[in-house]
Amino acid sequence: MNEFQDRRTIQEIVHDARTVAIVGLSASELRASNFVGYYLQRHGYRVIPVNPNEELILGEQVYPGLRDVPGHIDVVDVFRAPAAVPDIAREAVDVGAGALWLQFGVISPEGAAIAQEGGLAVVMDRCLKVEHARLLGRMHWLGFDTGVIAGSRR
Amino acid sequence: MDEEPREFGFNTRSVHAGQRPDPYTGASATPIYQTAGFVFEDTESASAYFNLQEYGNVYSRIMNPTVGAFEERLANLEGGVGAVAFASGLAAQAGLFFALLEPGDRIAVAKALYGGSTAQLNHLARKLQIGVDWVDMDDPDGWRRAVTADTKVLFAETIANPGGNVLDIALAAASAHEVGAPLVVDNTFATPYLCRPLEWGADLVIHSATKFIAGNGTTIAGAVVDSGAFDWSNGRFPSIAEPSSAYHGLRFHETFGVYGLLMKLRSETLRDFGAVLAPFNAFLLLLGLESLAVRMDRHVANALAVAEWLRGQAGVEAVRHPALADSPYRGLVDRYLPAGAGSVFSFDLESGREGGRRFIEALSLWSHLANVGDTKSLVIHPASTTHRQLSDEELAASGVAPGTVRLSVGLEDVDDLVWDLERGLRAARGSAVTA
Repeated sequence: MNEFQDRRTIQEIVHDARTVAIVGLSASELRASNFVGYYLQRHGYRVIPVNPNEELILGEQVYPGLRDVPGHIDVVDVFRAPAAVPDIAREAVDVGAGALWLQFGVISPEGAAIAQEGGLAVVMDRCLKVEHARLLGRMHWLGFDTGVIAGSRR
Repeated sequence: MDEEPREFGFNTRSVHAGQRPDPYTGASATPIYQTAGFVFEDTESASAYFNLQEYGNVYSRIMNPTVGAFEERLANLEGGVGAVAFASGLAAQAGLFFALLEPGDRIAVAKALYGGSTAQLNHLARKLQIGVDWVDMDDPDGWRRAVTADTKVLFAETIANPGGNVLDIALAAASAHEVGAPLVVDNTFATPYLCRPLEWGADLVIHSATKFIAGNGTTIAGAVVDSGAFDWSNGRFPSIAEPSSAYHGLRFHETFGVYGLLMKLRSETLRDFGAVLAPFNAFLLLLGLESLAVRMDRHVANALAVAEWLRGQAGVEAVRHPALADSPYRGLVDRYLPAGAGSVFSFDLESGREGGRRFIEALSLWSHLANVGDTKSLVIHPASTTHRQLSDEELAASGVAPGTVRLSVGLEDVDDLVWDLERGLRAARGSAVTA
């Protein structure tokens, strides 16, 4: 656990976000980033690939950096080495993104602090796909603990 | 979303975790999804499920919503990230070891172990070229001495069957993590109500859910629970961290993170083993977990009362209940099992093998039965049943005396249980039984 895994923050991002820029989205169907992007598209999010080496991933136009993306970004979802995160966090602040989400193993307290000071919600060392499936999806069908406890139908 | 998410207590989670009212019908009890297969929405969804890109129901040999509700509830109660259920405790154990071990690997195992587990490990060792190092779990240096650079797994029971030895979980976990190996704990006798090994550093918990979890002796079942804390990419577990040939080069640990081992255990091991839990059995286990806490309190109180009574009786040599004041495990019980040390324990009759046989034959309320963890009180005399082919010397080597009797204390009135045991003890001493 770290201070950037607040359950309420995670819930708000998963429920409210519509546009997710995935930094380091791979064109390979076998990579975790591609799994996440594919899943988010299936569940109604608009995925914006950010990758300097590709042109089209998951049917979406690819942008070389966050500053090249037209329009508002709700979540900047990062699949890059931790050393790259502080610069990505500064870009996310500059473009006025709503949240910085660092995937499993992308642990950068410095990057998280930059984004937090810039007014972004921050989640670190968690998977956006897993949290969506946990809170809204079907992860419980596969025996994972969702932490959801309720006796009402809502 | 104005409120802070609540941390619910054990009793609340026992009845709610893993299950919400059915969104389609409003059914309050978990529906029994008695179906082999699930219809795909479209071809795109079907391929997404097969590629593991989306969580979806495919076939009940791999996943089933009723089984999933049981798995989630057990994982939640143990404090794990998830669970995979199997058709039995031994199937869960075999599946986990099959997923973790490669030919040439070694596994360090507590000598004080359920006989069925010992037999399984010896079998796996022969067939799969696994080396087994047997450890004296009561020796503070036992684990450290047994562990080598080839050790891939450490394995023990929270409360050993039938000896009642209590595992120093934190100590075993430290030895495991020194060599980058996970500690696997069989928590069958404690249940997550009395002890949660993952909170003490264990990495995986396995269960025979047949026992206290089912509770009523109705169902054979098992499960593996993962803490999600072990680093499978530490270079020692290529089958979990490196590309899988079964899924076009998918790396389970990289792609699914803390869920990687469980995804592999379900979509490769369970899929290929086929030892799947039936939906109806999962339904019975869900009912069992709902009453786990209240049952365990009564089991614990009854067992301790019976153990204390037995200690003062003529013809009884030793009572091995780990929570008794003079037990060598009393300190470990205080640390790891503060709410009680379960309800299975053994004692020795002075009258040996023949006395044990007379004792069992004189009982009328206790059931002579090879199971434990039932609401009914159960008794077995190893020297005339499970261990009857062994000489007295061979019995001693396996930690069982000719007069050893194992009890699994149920939920009856203690006075009635003691009344019957008194009749058994009179018979064991050679006196006539008067009912």
